[in-house]
Amino acid sequence: MTSQEQRLKAQKIQDQIFRGSTRFFAFLVLVLLLGIIGSLIWGAMPALKAFGFGFLFSGDWNPVTEQFGGLNSITGTLLSSFIALLIGVPVSFGIAIFLTELSPVWLRRPLGMAIELLAGVPSIIYGMWGLFIFAPWFADNIQPKLTSWTEGIPLLGSLFQGPPMGIGMFSAGLILSIMVIPFIASVMRDVFEVVPPMLKESAYGLGCTTWEVVWNVVLPYTKNGVIGGVMLGLGRALGETMAVTFVIGNAQRSIESLFDPATSIAATLANEFTEATGELHTGALIELGLLLFVITFIVLSLSKLLLLRLQRNEGANA
Amino acid sequence: MNLYLRRRIVNYISLALSMLAMAFGLFWLLWILYTLVKNGLGGLTPALLYMETPAPGSPGGLANAIVGSLAMAGMGTLIGTPIGILAGTYLAEFGQRGWLAPTTRFINDILLSAPSIVIGLFIYEVYVRQVGHFSGWAGAFALSLLVIPVVVRTTENMLRLVPSAMREAAYALGAPQWKMVLLISLRAAKAGVVTGILLAVARISGETAPLLFTSLNNQFFSNMNQPMANLPVVIFQYAMSPYEDWHALAWAGSLLIGVFVLGINILARTLVRNPSQH
Amino acid sequence: MTAELKQPKITVRNLNFYYGNFHALKQINLNIDEGKVTAFIGPSGCGKSTLLRTFNRMYGLYPKLRAEGEINMNGRNILDSGVDLNMLRAKVGMVFQKPTPFPMSIYDNIAFGVKLYENLNKADMDDRVEWALQKAALWGEVKDKLKQSGLGLSGGQQQRLCIARAVSVKPEVLLLDEPTSALDPISTAHIEELVHELKQDYTIAIVTHNMQQAARVSDYTAYMYLGELVEVGETDSIFTTPKKKATEDYITGKFG
Repeated sequence: MTSQEQRLKAQKIQDQIFRGSTRFFAFLVLVLLLGIIGSLIWGAMPALKAFGFGFLFSGDWNPVTEQFGGLNSITGTLLSSFIALLIGVPVSFGIAIFLTELSPVWLRRPLGMAIELLAGVPSIIYGMWGLFIFAPWFADNIQPKLTSWTEGIPLLGSLFQGPPMGIGMFSAGLILSIMVIPFIASVMRDVFEVVPPMLKESAYGLGCTTWEVVWNVVLPYTKNGVIGGVMLGLGRALGETMAVTFVIGNAQRSIESLFDPATSIAATLANEFTEATGELHTGALIELGLLLFVITFIVLSLSKLLLLRLQRNEGANA
Repeated sequence: MNLYLRRRIVNYISLALSMLAMAFGLFWLLWILYTLVKNGLGGLTPALLYMETPAPGSPGGLANAIVGSLAMAGMGTLIGTPIGILAGTYLAEFGQRGWLAPTTRFINDILLSAPSIVIGLFIYEVYVRQVGHFSGWAGAFALSLLVIPVVVRTTENMLRLVPSAMREAAYALGAPQWKMVLLISLRAAKAGVVTGILLAVARISGETAPLLFTSLNNQFFSNMNQPMANLPVVIFQYAMSPYEDWHALAWAGSLLIGVFVLGINILARTLVRNPSQH
Repeated sequence: MTAELKQPKITVRNLNFYYGNFHALKQINLNIDEGKVTAFIGPSGCGKSTLLRTFNRMYGLYPKLRAEGEINMNGRNILDSGVDLNMLRAKVGMVFQKPTPFPMSIYDNIAFGVKLYENLNKADMDDRVEWALQKAALWGEVKDKLKQSGLGLSGGQQQRLCIARAVSVKPEVLLLDEPTSALDPISTAHIEELVHELKQDYTIAIVTHNMQQAARVSDYTAYMYLGELVEVGETDSIFTTPKKKATEDYITGKFG
């Protein structure tokens, strides 16, 4: 009996240790986030002190004179991600409709898997392909046409001007769109699948066409989830480094046309960080990293909150 | 009748566009895979596996980069997996009460999609700068931070699928919590947790950005305390160079990574589909 | 009554149970006699499973559930916060509505529980596993495949495996929570025979949906309704001459 009591006592202590260690590591994940933010602020301190808020609004980036402003990189990140969503969201929507409403059942699984594989391709492969295959093809076949078609159209014309080099802001956005399509499409597919069949059937029962069911029933029902998925894709696009670094052109300057070479936060970091000399240059780069993290943090938080709200509604309706 | 016709036309157009979107997605996938195989296959020679990365114009392979990648991805997985499993266990098994579990869950989901280059910066700040040099360990630490959120997420999800009756049955025998979790819950969720680890390995195998400022690169074999060669960074440097022979090596390296990563992805998916008998 | 002659194994005094604000068990008073089978019957949601799950404090796994009152077993109130739950559950085994074999071999399913309390050598463990499987009338069917997964057995066999697992740690009380609700009639008959065998060594409390089952296997029957204990007594008298109208209505099928 005493040996049994001892054993129970030991078990109790083991339990406490086990629970404590799982709790410790759960806590560690939180600490990790705070650590990231803290260390980035610490590392960015020289630049924060030297440039203040002006860093956000100055496009002056000159390692020689030690003048740093993040505007070009920030615009590049936002603009390339915007282009990615402009192309990626409608395509993802189409893919999700195809996978949930149109595709024959036996094709759904393999096609869904193919799209998910697209998400698994390492970004460096997108970069290689973008630089060596896509950019030359784009410069020879697409760019001149886009330029001549839009010539003379007021706003649009100026966007597509310039020599066809293949690389540049537009190519970066396009390749980013290919990269985010799988993320957005699979979230959309998943949320479309939670629409109760009864709801769709009653709409079909009224004589609605497939498109009308999707547009008037499925989409309103899953609105939050769809936006959450789009934000998730946006988060990916903002932080993507390699594919963008390969094709954006890496030019620290403000752009006039989408075909101009440009840069983004991640591309600037990838190109300059290991070669940066001096506290101020490193600090400015880390400040860019901090900005990137803050922007993605906000975007991802919003996406998560929207997806959570969808889940809750679903729970309330069930 | 007019209205009816218009509705049908709208329907056909939108459905045609949806099919076009599907084709658009598949088109890129096929194109990328095709160029990867076409350009990479020529470079796949035995020398790739036993020669070190060369200077431009001389013969060479990717042996040190392959070994470096395996070492760092391996260590990163070894460090990140236990942490991820324990944290995921807390969320699923013990986190019903209090603020810690919901907060961690939220933050973890954000870290899951956080830019990997920022993780590289973080390790640079807290490790590389402190010890004063780039190293394989720094690379492994950065990769482990990418493993953790993936493993936390899948571990929690998989543990939640374990029927609560099984937990109750173990508790009803008087089993202590740690035995219940390690021997019953995690065992029942094994296939799913392994899948999560595989997906994490697939993810870090192709990661370049977090290694740029942590392991850097090395033209030769090195130990974990020195800057360490790895496939993604070698590919990046070689691709950005003007030398044809380096380009060929970069393609061969890309094909290696591509096959490895897609292979693991497919393996992970089949595992989920037929969870094996323990 | 014979019940007065023997010391009851479990005495429940003024037990109240709450799910958050919902009052699930109201002022329950009850004795469970040693070496007897006590059956709990009543319509769904009447609290019979809830009551059973207070005997090993299984409710403690979930937030917002709480019990007030006394449940005395071996002279101690098991609702006291100082009670060692693992110790309690070693003495009170439980079998659930659906079979819950662990994801391991048949042998390890039994050994898992035993190892929690005893350090047995290989030979003793083999004996114990055989003993438990014999007790659950499963030994003959599985003795040649002890290394196979417990999940590979049929539903009825899985449930007997769970009974063997509960018995293997030599508890004093066995709680059976609708143990046959997921089984076919033949497996059900097996389990019922088993209950007869087991009551020689154990005090058994069984929750069942099936009144015939209660009549067949139990010595005492308790009828519950809406969280209250309506009537409890010897099974024969409950089924033939119930004292309360509500019990009679339920038993004769006028209700529920």
